[in-house]
Amino acid sequence: MPKVKIKRKSTAIDMTAMCDVAFLLLTFFILTATARQPEPLPVDTPSSTVTIKLPDSDISMLTVGQGKVFFGVVGQDVRMRALERMAEEYKVTFTEEEKKRFALVESFGVPMANLKQFIALNGAERNNLNQPGIPMDSTNNELHQWILQARYATKELHGQELRFTIKGDSNEEYPTIRKVVDILQEQNINKFSLVTTLEGLN
Amino acid sequence: MAELDTSGGGGGKKGKKVRSKKMSTRVDLTAMVDLAFLLITFFMLTTTLAKPQAMDMFMPDKDKDQTDELPVKASRTMTVLLGSDNKIVWYMGVMGSTAPTVDNFGKSGIRQAFIDNNKKVLAQTGDPKKGLMVILKPTDKSNYKNFVDLLDEIKIAGVPSYGIVNKIEPEELNLMKEQGALKD
Repeated sequence: MPKVKIKRKSTAIDMTAMCDVAFLLLTFFILTATARQPEPLPVDTPSSTVTIKLPDSDISMLTVGQGKVFFGVVGQDVRMRALERMAEEYKVTFTEEEKKRFALVESFGVPMANLKQFIALNGAERNNLNQPGIPMDSTNNELHQWILQARYATKELHGQELRFTIKGDSNEEYPTIRKVVDILQEQNINKFSLVTTLEGLN
Repeated sequence: MAELDTSGGGGGKKGKKVRSKKMSTRVDLTAMVDLAFLLITFFMLTTTLAKPQAMDMFMPDKDKDQTDELPVKASRTMTVLLGSDNKIVWYMGVMGSTAPTVDNFGKSGIRQAFIDNNKKVLAQTGDPKKGLMVILKPTDKSNYKNFVDLLDEIKIAGVPSYGIVNKIEPEELNLMKEQGALKD
């Protein structure tokens, strides 16, 4: 009897289908990923064990660091409307072009008086600019106005209550945070979120 | 001539028509798939991790008329003072009635103190709803990280209620200086 020879199979697998799927998924993730804008005020957020994620819309972020406060709202429409309301409040007029440009700014920290010049700058110039933060002392409390107008704008456009988050730097001294919290509390906002990074339980 | 013989060693075939060898259309996709999956992993992780975590925080109502304020028994309260250089001073009940403790952050530090005190208070009141009440007082010298860490510890230790008070009595500041937890 002749010996039965086991047929040796090739180890190469057809990878065409796998490659197709991989690239399909890759395309999906690239398209859904949102490009991250450079932050005007880099902060090192403290860590906590909380794992609740922030919502995507109707949210405002107050970035606190180096004694300065930067203001930002999610959503271009809200930002535009907030600017219009602020313009009325401070008797400044902005052109349509300027409003559109402002709507693209995610977070900023310049007083109303310099806002026009700030809008005129392009992206690279804005990043290089050392923004002084939004004034929040008792004589010129622009932060209070921004918060108020952004709340009105959100209510008008989305019918939702705007939520506030504070993104503070780890080494920021507590008095600055307290000041921001006080401004929020003046408008009866007693619930807000603190942005943190994740850490283990130990 | 310098030519590579690709005919696969089939000698003695001279004189035949030279045929261009048919190449296989199969390409090795292994490297390409590797790269694709690497990129997928990268994009997946960045899209989900880019969303920041948020810790909810509640401040007491600032209304002038505090009619609906619930009185809390002093023995149930634990006052935590945040000092400079990551130092904490805490005492139970009314100041002066119990010895203050200087503590630090971490598992065996303030977290253990929260857990122990919460147990004690629960045993004392015998009511599961009436646990420890932490009064958090951050001084001007404390930093934001300590503040967030403490809120986190409160959550981990399962302390049912806490309050943030910004008014610090001069005696408390003196106490902290005595304990070396506050620098000018």
